[in-house]
Order: sequence, then structure tokens, then C-alpha cells
Amino acid sequence: MSGPSKYTPKSAFARWLERRLPILSFMYDSFVAYPTPKNLNYLWTFGMILSFMLVAQIATGVVLAMHYTPEATLAFASVENIMRDVNWGTVLRYAHANGASMFFLAAYIHIFRGMYYGSYKEPRELLWILGVVIFLAMMATGFLGYVLPWGQMSFWAATVITNLFSAIPYVGTAVREWLIGGYSVDNPTLNRFFALHYLLPFVIAAIIGLHVWALHVTGQNNPAGVEVKDEAKDTVPFTPYATMKDAFGLGAFLVLYAWMTFFVPNYLGHPDNYIEANPLVTPPHIVPEWYFLPFYAILRAIPNKLLGVIALFLSIAIAAMLPWLDRSKVKSGSHRPLFRKFYWVFVAVCVGLGYLGAQPAEGVYLWSARILAFYYFLHYVIVLPFLAKYEKTEPVPDSIADAVAAKGGASHA
Amino acid sequence: MRETRLISTGRSIVLGFALSLAFACPSFAGDTPKHEETPHRYEWSFAGVFGRYDKAQLRRGFKVYKEVCATCHSIKMLAFRNLGQPGGPEFSAEEVKALAESYKIKDGPNDSGEYYERPGRPSDRFPSPFANEQAARTALGGSYPPDMSVLAKARGYSRGFPWFLLDALPGLSYQEHGVDFIVSLMEGYADPPAETQLPPGQFYDPYMPGRRIGMPPPLVDGVVTYDDGSPQTIDQYAKDVSAFLMWSAEPHLDARKRIGLGVLSFLIVFAAMLYFVKRKIWSNVAH
Repeated sequence: MSGPSKYTPKSAFARWLERRLPILSFMYDSFVAYPTPKNLNYLWTFGMILSFMLVAQIATGVVLAMHYTPEATLAFASVENIMRDVNWGTVLRYAHANGASMFFLAAYIHIFRGMYYGSYKEPRELLWILGVVIFLAMMATGFLGYVLPWGQMSFWAATVITNLFSAIPYVGTAVREWLIGGYSVDNPTLNRFFALHYLLPFVIAAIIGLHVWALHVTGQNNPAGVEVKDEAKDTVPFTPYATMKDAFGLGAFLVLYAWMTFFVPNYLGHPDNYIEANPLVTPPHIVPEWYFLPFYAILRAIPNKLLGVIALFLSIAIAAMLPWLDRSKVKSGSHRPLFRKFYWVFVAVCVGLGYLGAQPAEGVYLWSARILAFYYFLHYVIVLPFLAKYEKTEPVPDSIADAVAAKGGASHA
Repeated sequence: MRETRLISTGRSIVLGFALSLAFACPSFAGDTPKHEETPHRYEWSFAGVFGRYDKAQLRRGFKVYKEVCATCHSIKMLAFRNLGQPGGPEFSAEEVKALAESYKIKDGPNDSGEYYERPGRPSDRFPSPFANEQAARTALGGSYPPDMSVLAKARGYSRGFPWFLLDALPGLSYQEHGVDFIVSLMEGYADPPAETQLPPGQFYDPYMPGRRIGMPPPLVDGVVTYDDGSPQTIDQYAKDVSAFLMWSAEPHLDARKRIGLGVLSFLIVFAAMLYFVKRKIWSNVAH
């Protein structure tokens, strides 16, 4: 995208438009001529999959909002009305609820791909930080959306999460009351959560705009972790190469999404959320959606509420510091034998924390969560800086073309 | 209701690791210490990819609901007209109309400002047996029977690790936790063990959280007369009414699965075609 445009307007209208608003050359340079490294694997299709999921969530969400009633005594019934009497309502609601899960699944793959191949390193630090901000906004949106059906888990999740703010010294209680619009979660909470749930996806869309902009300035990282040296040898044009590869990646992903939506739509949900919210009955176990479980485990691992909340916040914020915690000159995990091992341990720790987040915070579960939470931070602040200093890395190919040649340069596969 | 199979964390990490980012669903994973029996698994016509409701079973189940459960349990999100919709018990329009007219519905105010009762119409929802929660509790010795509209989805149990992971997979998918729980519960009434002291008005049922329940055993062999020759047993009643409750909770399940098959078939073929186009395009590039 940097440099002069490769676009030549062919029609009179295109020339007219181009002189006034160069949107055609912008689109052409960004999505047609844009050079993409030849050696990208399918993990690089998740950016496009994520863009699709955002659009799918907005499309289904806008229609659902036309039938939903954000009022505490009517919300639960209005969701059931969508399931029963709105044309295609069952499909829309299940597509939206499972769409959130698929969105997070894709985001986690995208993030862990970036961690493995060192996509956060110079010059992509800002690109990475924007990604962390998007992830935070996604978490907020997912949480707000989960409250809207006003089932038992909705209500109690809202209560537990907003309660976290009361841990802030001195002003905590005031902040919490300001956030939920009263002394306890109630109709004002539901109203504002609905407004914010509708607003945030558009904020996410704007940050994704910045994220893609930054990406198109630095260019994509790639499995070899070396920068593009010779555009002709190292890259292919985005269209048709990346476009078609992304299209296939998305197609395969949609098979999974459709399976979840049509055949196991309540698998990722909790039965208690089909019980209408009742402030007088606390469910025996309040469990968040699966995509929050690792963070929930970290929160509960710490006996002090304020410190737990700080750990929860840090567990996400620390990811933004990755470019400065991992200063290894070698980007890709493919050339870092020791890093590779620790990387998979880290992935296992995150999955383990997710499992423990769904268990009662007691006994062996609690202690396991404490050990894993401790290791989670250890990975960032000790393991990565240590590896950067002492790891003996493998030789890095001179260029992407060399990396492809070394691999045998399969023209099929 | 939810029980946990104790497994070592180590094993969980190793397997969780193997399944890596497999959209794990620990929200179903066990959270409660083992207090209750694990429900049995039953055969359901609506389970699996090709599963559909059994119309005759839904009709029998409705009869059980109407003659037994409806005494105490409301089903307020269900309208009479729903019973005539495709993918349900599919009563004829006349049957639905006659059924609706057999109920008295409160309406009003009329032109003179008074509330009155009139015969039901197909568009009405089922009237509730009690005016409110307090009235129900007073009449039933403190118990409040839950509304049954979405009950089959509001109940479940955890299969624990690693089984819950298998429950999502094609061919193995298991989504009938709720109905299995309800059948097990209704068949599970038993005499309490010697050491168990039950408060008056409570019954022993090992499937209920806390192993006790305020509902007296609702079903007795022969209490509902079937006219299609099906056995008039507790077992049959429990399964039929559970199937009916599943339909009430998910009235468009048949359509959803039918559409899903079309969508999934299309997407698989479409993705395969995209793959071959992609392969052709990349065939002249070393990558």
C-alpha cells in the first residue's frame, strides 16, 4: 500500500471518480495488488475469517435487535418470542449466540498464531497492540451480549463482573453503582448494556480499520519470520492468491459454524440461562462463557479480591507488552527450538486454566489454578526475556524465496 | 444436578493440550460435587442429525401434560395454535379450536370497563394454574412448580471431562441432557435411605439436586388413557411428556435440522470447490 498506486482507471467514470476520491485505487492497492508473502499457511486466513465474523455478528445482531425488548420484565420473553414466532428467529438467534463463540475461537487462533511466529515484533508492535485492544473490546461486547437474554446466568454474570469494580479502593462502590445504574443489577443495567452492546461492534470495526491499515503498512509477517526483500520473488498479489486461499479457509470454518448453529446450538451455553433472571435465587455455580474461563480462573486463583481483579486485568494487558518482553532477534518459532517447547507449554497452561475456570474454586482445582496462573505470568516476565537472551536459535533463511526453496517449494499442497 | 468426574488436572492438561483450541465447552463441565445420580440416557426420535419429533409421541405427551402436569405447572409461552404448527403434535385446526374453547381466558376491560372470562381462541396462550407465585406456594405447601415452556432446555447435567468434548461431535452429538434428566427424575422416586430425614411434604429422588423434591410422584401406571395402544406405564408417560416438553422448548427443531442439513451439505461442497480453485491458482507458484 505504500508507494505509488498500481491502479490504472480503465473507464471514464473510474477516471472521474479517481480524481475526486481515490477509493478505487485504495481498494485495488489494498485487496488486489497488495503483495502477500508466498509462504503463508492456513493460519493466516483467520484475519479474513474474523472480518467475516464481525460482519455476520452485526448482520444477525441488527435483525435480532428489531425483535428484542431491553426491559427487565420482558427481555426473557422477547428472546423466546424470537425463538417461536419470528421468521427464521431460531436460526438468527443461534447463529448470533454461536457466532460469538466462533468469533472468539477464530480470535484465539489468530492471537496464538501471532505469538508463535513472533508477529508482534518490530515493526509490528502497534499492529499487535491494536489487536489486544480489539480483543478487549470483543470481551466487553461478548459479556454485554450474554447479559441480554436475561436468564439466570446473564443476571448473575452481570452481578459478578460489575462487582469486580467495587474492589477499587475508596471509589469502587460508587463506580459500580454508576456502571449498573443502581444498587443492584436491574432494568437500568439491562438498558445500558443493550445500548453498549449495539455500540461496541462499530468501535471494533473502526479499530479493525486501524489494525488492517497498520498491517498494510508493515506487510504481513510469515512462517519464516523474515521480511519481504524482493517483491517479485517473495510475494504474490493478494488477488487471486490470498483471496482464494482465504475463501477456502472461510468455507471450511463456516462448515464448523453451521454445524454448531444448526445441530448443537446449546452446546456452548448453560442450561441455567433458560431460567429467567431471579435476583432472589443465586445459581449454585456461576460460570462465564467458555471464552472467558482462563481469565476467570486467574481471577479466582487469587484470594484477595483487589489483587484478583488486578491479575485479571494484567493477564490481558501483559500481552500488549510482548514486543518488549520477547526481544529475540529471531521472529518465527520455527527457528527457535526452545521457545517452541515453552510456547506449547504456555498453550497447554491457557487451556488448563480454561478447564479450571469451569470447576468449583476449591481443593485441587483451586491449587492447580494457582500454579497455572503463576506460570501464565512467569511465561511473560521470566521465560520470554530469558529465552531472548540465552536461546541458541537455528539459522534463519535469507529470504522468503529461500525459505520456500528449502522446503522443496511444493507447487501443490 | 451437575456432577463431576474427578480427574487429575495433569491428565486434563495433556488431553486439553491434544485437543488444543478445540472450542472446548467447559461451561457444561461439572461444577458441583457429586450429590446426585447421573441421569440415564434414553433413545429419542429427535436426537442426532436426522432426528425429528415423533408426532404421535408429542400428542401422547401433550395428553400427559394436560391431564397431570397442568394441575400445577404453567406453560405460559405456549399458545394453542402452536399445537397445530408443522413440526409439532400437528393437531388439526378444528381440534386446536375445540381445545382452546375448552379453556376459560381472562380478558378485558370491555366497553363497560369490566374484566370477564371468555372461551379461549387458538391465538391465546395456555392459562396458568395459579395466579402468581405466592398463590402457588400457599396451595402447594411452599413449593413453586417451575414454568414448563423451556424446562427441557433449562435442565441438564454435566457429563464431565472428557465426555463433554465428545458431545459436540458429528455422529456422537448428545444434546438431550435435559429430557434425560426429566425422565430420570420422574422415574427416580424411591424410599429414602434409612439415614435420610425428609421434612414433611418432601420426597426422595436421587436425581434432584439435594436428592429431595417437593413434587409428589406425579405419574402412576394407567393414570392417563392412551388411545393409540401405547403402554400406559410410568416409563412411557415420562418419556412422552419429556418429548412434549422438548418440543415446547424448541418448537422449530425439525425445521432447524432440516435447514441445517441443506446448509451444511452446500457448505461442504462449496468449500471443496473453493479448495480446488485455490489449488489450481497456486499450482504455478512455489510456496
